[in-house]
Amino acid sequence: MALLSLQAVGISFGGLQAVKQVSFQIQPNQIKALIGPNGAGKTTLFNLITGMLTPDHGVITFLDQPIQGLQPFQIAARGISRTFQIVQLFGHMTVLENVMVGRHLRSRAGLVAAALRLPWTRREEADIRSRSLEWLQFVGLADRAAEYAANLPLGHQRLLEIARALATEPKLLLLDEPAAGLDIAETEGLKDFIFAIRERGITVLLVEHDMSLTMEVAEEIVVLDHGELLAEGTPRDIQRHPDVIAAYLGRDWEK
Amino acid sequence: MEKLAEFLQYIFSGLTNGAIYGLIGLGFSIIFHATAIINFAQGEFVMLGALVVIGFYAWGLSLPVALGLAVILVTVLGLVFERLAIRPARDATPISLIIITVGGGVLLKGLAMVFWGKDAYTLPPFSGQAPFVVAGATILPQSLWIMGLTLLLVVGLEGFLRGTILGKALRAASYNPVAARLVGIRVSQMVQFSFGLSAAFGAAAGALIAPITMGVYDMGTMLGLKGFCAAVIGGLGSSSGVVLGGVLLGIAEALASGLISSGYRDAVAFLILLLVLFFRPQGLIGRGPERTS
Amino acid sequence: MKRAHRWLQALLFSLLVVLAGSLLPGTYYVTLLNLIGIHIIIVLGLNLLMGYAGQISLGHAAFFGLGAYASGILTATYKVEPVLALAAGLLLSAGVAILVGIPALKLKGYYLAMATLGFGIIVAIALQQLDWLTGGPSGFMGIPPFSLFGWQFQSPTAGFFLVWAMVGFLLFLSLNIVDSRLGRALRAIHDSETAALAMGVDAQRLKLLIFVVSALYASLAGSLLAHTTNFIAPSSFGFMFSIKLVTMVVVGGMASIWGSFLGAAVLTVLPELLAVFHDLEVVIFGLILMVVMIFLPRGLVRGLLDLWEYRQRKKQGR
Repeated sequence: MALLSLQAVGISFGGLQAVKQVSFQIQPNQIKALIGPNGAGKTTLFNLITGMLTPDHGVITFLDQPIQGLQPFQIAARGISRTFQIVQLFGHMTVLENVMVGRHLRSRAGLVAAALRLPWTRREEADIRSRSLEWLQFVGLADRAAEYAANLPLGHQRLLEIARALATEPKLLLLDEPAAGLDIAETEGLKDFIFAIRERGITVLLVEHDMSLTMEVAEEIVVLDHGELLAEGTPRDIQRHPDVIAAYLGRDWEK
Repeated sequence: MEKLAEFLQYIFSGLTNGAIYGLIGLGFSIIFHATAIINFAQGEFVMLGALVVIGFYAWGLSLPVALGLAVILVTVLGLVFERLAIRPARDATPISLIIITVGGGVLLKGLAMVFWGKDAYTLPPFSGQAPFVVAGATILPQSLWIMGLTLLLVVGLEGFLRGTILGKALRAASYNPVAARLVGIRVSQMVQFSFGLSAAFGAAAGALIAPITMGVYDMGTMLGLKGFCAAVIGGLGSSSGVVLGGVLLGIAEALASGLISSGYRDAVAFLILLLVLFFRPQGLIGRGPERTS
Repeated sequence: MKRAHRWLQALLFSLLVVLAGSLLPGTYYVTLLNLIGIHIIIVLGLNLLMGYAGQISLGHAAFFGLGAYASGILTATYKVEPVLALAAGLLLSAGVAILVGIPALKLKGYYLAMATLGFGIIVAIALQQLDWLTGGPSGFMGIPPFSLFGWQFQSPTAGFFLVWAMVGFLLFLSLNIVDSRLGRALRAIHDSETAALAMGVDAQRLKLLIFVVSALYASLAGSLLAHTTNFIAPSSFGFMFSIKLVTMVVVGGMASIWGSFLGAAVLTVLPELLAVFHDLEVVIFGLILMVVMIFLPRGLVRGLLDLWEYRQRKKQGR
């Protein structure tokens, strides 16, 4: 049974068809990659899956339930979390607090309980704090927990975003160009993280331009071009696919 | 026939006030378009236009000269206001700018109170008191002046914005300040200019309405807010939209005041404002600059 | 360690309040402090909305007025128990806040400001126009003092302790809210609503919730005003007062609970100090508003600190 399934999903913006009849599935515990030239519709697809956009047609199914048309926070509650192409951290909050927001879904203290500081909310806060620290340790940022998120260098900001997304305990994690702006060492570290995330039972779907990272990490790759599904298969298949080579890979992969 | 006369009366009254709201609203629109700032001192420019023209006329100047000088003086005031209050706070948050312009309005109103006191002053109508009678309803000559001059000013503004280099520079600076700078447009000058232009329109509105409502130090507050409503109702980006919004507002006010209750007259503007914001925030006509700060 | 710290602060606060209440000479200062306390309550709530959740309200005087008139009218005209009247005011304000908040909070930035502005003015006009109920523009008088279980808070000093006890209580609530899961969610919405939504925060619901909470604070303050001053007029609940409230938040420093104290105190005392200038009072007030906002946009404390730092750096030739 597929974890996430897209069937003939399409959306257009004022006449421009951004995504056209796209269908593919992601199996549990897979690492799948979504690649394609700029403007192919990759981020649009992410936004469709996470509820920021509603498709004009087609069905998106997660854990056997249709999710197209749901609000982003509802989709997050069902177990899909994401990072952003341009990092969207909570700049005025500390590193730790950023991750603690990720625990929002898994905690319940409401207004009255919080305002009166009932004993169970204090226990819950301590739990949120310790679990958040764990995730910070996982990405190696525990020592910077008290710093303001906006002060971190880009590489660490991307890791923080991942830690925050992981804190929601997702079943599916969407990474939007996680390697953008990272140097070679950081990209290597990112590769290890993605595998470690999978080790914890989380399925990963990533959009990436960095081909070496993609080829080494992904089990299956979906290629988009001009909003349409061009090809789907293992990295080997994709490398050899004539359409893909023609549209996109070309010289870049031979490096 | 009486019903028709009554209805026409509301229309005439609504058109008159509506033209004024439109002029004031244009002032808001010009500044918002250029700077994404809501200038809450706009109403005080209207008030100053009225009181200054009354003052000049009282000194013995002829009406046209007094009008011209008043508009010029208030325009200069608008330029100075931008330079002293707005430019130093260029990068401030919207809420700070709101408070600054409100503070400016309070300051101007306070100065007006010190200078002119709390009395109401009169200004003779531009061309006589005797109202015309149309289909049983009366319309003051001053109303015709108001409607006519408003139309002229709006057409003039559009012509200026689209036809002249300065007008195009102003529009360019508001659409894309960075690109405008790159082609040699001094954006800060354009911002200042927009304040001056707004003040001019406000002053004109004040001078036009003074013969009907008299000039008082606190006439600006409600007028300003209603002009602002007109601008939002019509759509902050479009001149014709703003004037249309004003006219709609004026007529709605007149009808509500006459048919329902005169006490809630002032509330009509804000009720319509809320309706527009909730159901069609870009305004009835406006394509509105997509400024969501 | 932190717990002991909090208890100490609470003790210090209570001590100051008791001292002030017992030792201050004359009713003028007590009345002034009551007013400051009442304003602090509104600003605490408004700060949660503006400073933490990042929303703008230019119409909060309306909730202040609704609470004041609900308490005033129900206790004076209909002889209702003050506590019940207060609760009625809270309910009314909450209802209005939900009604206005649901559509308004879908708007952003300036548009939200405009909507709250319009709403605030409509309420102010209504308070004026419903003169058979509210007494109209000349105001409403004869409001009995607050009473609880038969004990009347009649003297200015009793009113003082009532107001400042409420300040203490609401301070406690506010500090807790800010430091909680909700407080974090609000700040997250302020920094990046998109990311907050992606992390499962129901932003619309939270914004509405905090809008209602801030309306409740204002309504409570209004009820306290009615019972301690025994006379209320619509002119106190109009556009200018809404702007004053917003200025108190900004001057005190947004997202600073203690800043609420500072901002409310400064802007309540200022008109009193300026009264000596008679006619020029308004002029100077407007001037101060402008100058402070232009040069100290982050509030008095941070603004002055920034200025001091700037001077230091200039001295060192950097």
